[in-house]
Amino acid sequence: MVSNDSSSDTFSKMSTKIVIAGGFGAGKTTLVGSVSEIEPVTTEAVMTEASVVHDDTTAVPQKVTTTVAMDFGRITLDEELILYMFGTPGQARFWFMWDDLVRGAVGAVVVVDPRRLADCFDAIDYFEQQQRIPYIVALNKFDGQLNYTGEEIREALEISDNVPIIDFDARDRSSAGHVLKELLVHALANSGSQSELVG
Amino acid sequence: MSYRRRRRGSRIRPYTFTGGRTRSRHPLMVQTLISTADPSIDPPRNLMPESERILLLCRETRSVAEISAELKIPLGVTQVLLSDLADQGLVYIHPTITGHSPSENQVLERALRGLERLFQ
Ligand SMILES: Nc1nc2c(ncn2[C@@H]2O[C@H](COP(=O)(O)OP(=O)(O)OP(=O)(O)O)[C@@H](O)[C@H]2O)c(=O)[nH]1
Ligand SMILES: [Mg+2]
Repeated sequence: MVSNDSSSDTFSKMSTKIVIAGGFGAGKTTLVGSVSEIEPVTTEAVMTEASVVHDDTTAVPQKVTTTVAMDFGRITLDEELILYMFGTPGQARFWFMWDDLVRGAVGAVVVVDPRRLADCFDAIDYFEQQQRIPYIVALNKFDGQLNYTGEEIREALEISDNVPIIDFDARDRSSAGHVLKELLVHALANSGSQSELVG
Repeated sequence: MSYRRRRRGSRIRPYTFTGGRTRSRHPLMVQTLISTADPSIDPPRNLMPESERILLLCRETRSVAEISAELKIPLGVTQVLLSDLADQGLVYIHPTITGHSPSENQVLERALRGLERLFQ
């Protein structure tokens, strides 16, 4: 809910979005919760599966519906500008939803648990292949030291040279906020080099 | 390190979100803000109950995702109902800043300044 205040016209409000992607349990919801002014909210999308192509028990095509949960948070940036953060579902089988979540995003953060690098392959793969949305990689330190340098991780995950890689603590408000600032700086530096028709 | 990101060839796309129904008419994304066009009038009588609830809720501006979560209506259904309400002129769809056009840079800079204020 965006509170109505009398000093600004309701209709002049606008919004923008960033996507928080990454592997299962990497700290996406924790990041959103650290910076959001509301408790992360979960909403559900019902998907219609045209035919059974995975978890395949019968070879017969049929219609199945699946419910996918995603969570989001909100930051009021000024009296007319609201930023939403949407976490992508961690399970790789839900990558098909990302087009809907990512569409119209200013940028994306791929949260990586450096102890389980393989879990973020799908997310990195997705953002490397689509060249429309600027993204950065944020290594969630959890409690320990990082075993690898950012550059080692860049090489292992085949991350493009121009994509910033930073480390952070998803539980820490200011550290998580720093990740969002880095993404905006990166998006501004890249603006104009992408184009996408929306709407 | 032995990790290598695997490359995927083609991606299968087994699901549809809303059947694409809302796509061409209104830019209704999860983050798009919605306001009831005229909060001072009662919702028309012939509306479906869900649409009426949306009109009452959006007397205060909310995003598509928030409407879906608060009314417990799945996102795809919410988008279709909103698209119909917009066709009837009953809701206002706010501009959504995507950063994909250089003309939006000023807004992105405002966003960055907002973040800098909040997260020192
Ligand atoms: N110790 C520690 N725990 C963390 C940190 N970040 C996240 N966690 C914990 O790790 C678990 C997973 O974090 P989530 O934020 O739920 O991860 P997620 O990416 O949203 O997970 P899915 O949505 O299930 O894919 C939770 O129990 C968190 O409390 C961290 O920096 N340090
Ligand atoms: Mg989560």
